[in-house]
Amino acid sequence: MDAVKRYFRSPAAVTGLVLLLIVVAMALSASWFYPREPLALAGRPLIWPFSNPRFLLGTDNSGRDIAAQILYGARISLLIGGVATAIAIAIGILIGAFAGYYGGWVDNVLMRITEAFQTLPNFVLLLVLVAVFGSTLTTVTIAVGVVSWPAPARLTRAEFLSLRNREFVQAGRTLGMRDIQLILGEILPNALPPIIVYASVIMAVAILLESALAFLRLSDPNVASWGNLIGLGRDVLRVQWYVSAIPGIAILVTVLAVSLVGQGLNDALNPRLKGR
Amino acid sequence: MRILRLAGRRLAASIPTLALILIGVFLLLQFAPGDTVDAMMAQMGGGDAATAKELRKFYGLDLSIPAQLGNYLWRLIRLDLGFSSIYGKPVASVILERLPPTILLMTASLSFAFFFGIVFGVIAARGVNKWPDTVISILGLIFYATPSFWFGLMAIVVFSIYLQWLPAGGFENIGELQTGIGRTLDIARHLVLPTLTLGLIFLAIYLRIMRASMLEVLNLDYVRTARAKGLDETRVVIRHVLRNALLPMVTLIGLQAGTMLGGSVVVESVFSLPGLGRLAYESVVQRDLNTLLGIVFVSALLVISVNFAVDLVYARLDPRISAEG
Repeated sequence: MDAVKRYFRSPAAVTGLVLLLIVVAMALSASWFYPREPLALAGRPLIWPFSNPRFLLGTDNSGRDIAAQILYGARISLLIGGVATAIAIAIGILIGAFAGYYGGWVDNVLMRITEAFQTLPNFVLLLVLVAVFGSTLTTVTIAVGVVSWPAPARLTRAEFLSLRNREFVQAGRTLGMRDIQLILGEILPNALPPIIVYASVIMAVAILLESALAFLRLSDPNVASWGNLIGLGRDVLRVQWYVSAIPGIAILVTVLAVSLVGQGLNDALNPRLKGR
Repeated sequence: MRILRLAGRRLAASIPTLALILIGVFLLLQFAPGDTVDAMMAQMGGGDAATAKELRKFYGLDLSIPAQLGNYLWRLIRLDLGFSSIYGKPVASVILERLPPTILLMTASLSFAFFFGIVFGVIAARGVNKWPDTVISILGLIFYATPSFWFGLMAIVVFSIYLQWLPAGGFENIGELQTGIGRTLDIARHLVLPTLTLGLIFLAIYLRIMRASMLEVLNLDYVRTARAKGLDETRVVIRHVLRNALLPMVTLIGLQAGTMLGGSVVVESVFSLPGLGRLAYESVVQRDLNTLLGIVFVSALLVISVNFAVDLVYARLDPRISAEG
């Protein structure tokens, strides 16, 4: 309960939470405000924002409602960010737990693989994965998750290394618990808090990675994504710069919200490290 | 000498990593739809199955996958990265042509982020929890959350379209042939916006780490001793605190080298710079898998060499590292 109180005492953390709730509300209310398909033609192309009450944020190059795309884009960004983060954390915990718990050659082999993934620039690996498996929503989400796991794996490994010989683990071992029980039931719950906090960093990066991919037109073109819209707006940047500007602000706000919440959680859970 | 041996050992340890990456990506690319010959046939405007078979035999693509992998690795040892059918020349020379803009861009961005990261980090740490600290920390958070390609586009709108101060893209003016200092200045002008764009997120990271590391070092006993000795604050910060506070920053350069290379893919596309990142993007779009594999190899090599350099600098900054071995 103390942690919750500490969280709400930090203005930055509260701001982050409010922003995040707004983005979530945008995602949830998308089909309520705009029951029509967001990528359908809605009106004249390139209407400036605030000039026509029917299109609050104007329309893009081909006459699609920007406001509708922003709301539906929140769904895509949160979906890709959330699922990719879950994938990255799951792989990271699996690899990190085995490496940290068993040590020895298992650790050696797994850490070599992690190092290989870290040596290869993650955006380059993302390009390779998209080149091989194509760019649908599913493949892009999985690809973003697959390039993001090394950091949580290292974190999990470090936690496991420091926990695996504590008394409570040895007690479990004396009771005859199997390795898998010790890993999942005893060590993991204690190793989890820093990993959960780190998830916010992964989610922020995942959202940025997907939007960069979409901007390069290598993500799924059939969904309303903020990155896609920025890429489209690039063709009319000279005069109608608002087509690119608006979705960029949406990305900025979302990533900012996720990082602020992560930072707030971190400060709330580790009060002694506050301000660092 | 000790430092060199230590860094050399780390370098040798990265060879298996490099092999692992290459084998992994090579096998991965086997799943890609279409191979080099398909790309070539498309380039030639189609052809019959017999020609395709002939070509596959010529390029050794009719062999089993392990045999192809063996061939590839053996050619790689002789620094032969294969042939790019799209560009019509060896992959190695395509990559070499594209390497200088990327290295220039990365060096410039890194210097920008590193220098201003130190300056802002020190200012924030000196006035911790006062208004300069708050402003810098908020700016840092916003920079961190800004998508680089979006920042680049907005910078083009402001500085190239409205103010017309800087060029919107390209590496140099092709219209007028320039040499010497004129050409250098021209390239520098073209690189201002890309450098800011790529460096922004790293500036955010560096200033945050610098601030934290300054705060940590400022509380150590030897700093109090230096102050008690009667040294003025500037001297304490520059001579005593900075050097120790720099260590995490240097570590970060090694950790971020890959991220920066990845970021240059996007930034080079925004500013149409003829660099390695843009080549990576083009080879994905054009399905030039040989070139893509070559880029994977070269970028891994770049990351490894940056880390090697970081090891050397690190040992120089902190003598304890080379002493302990």
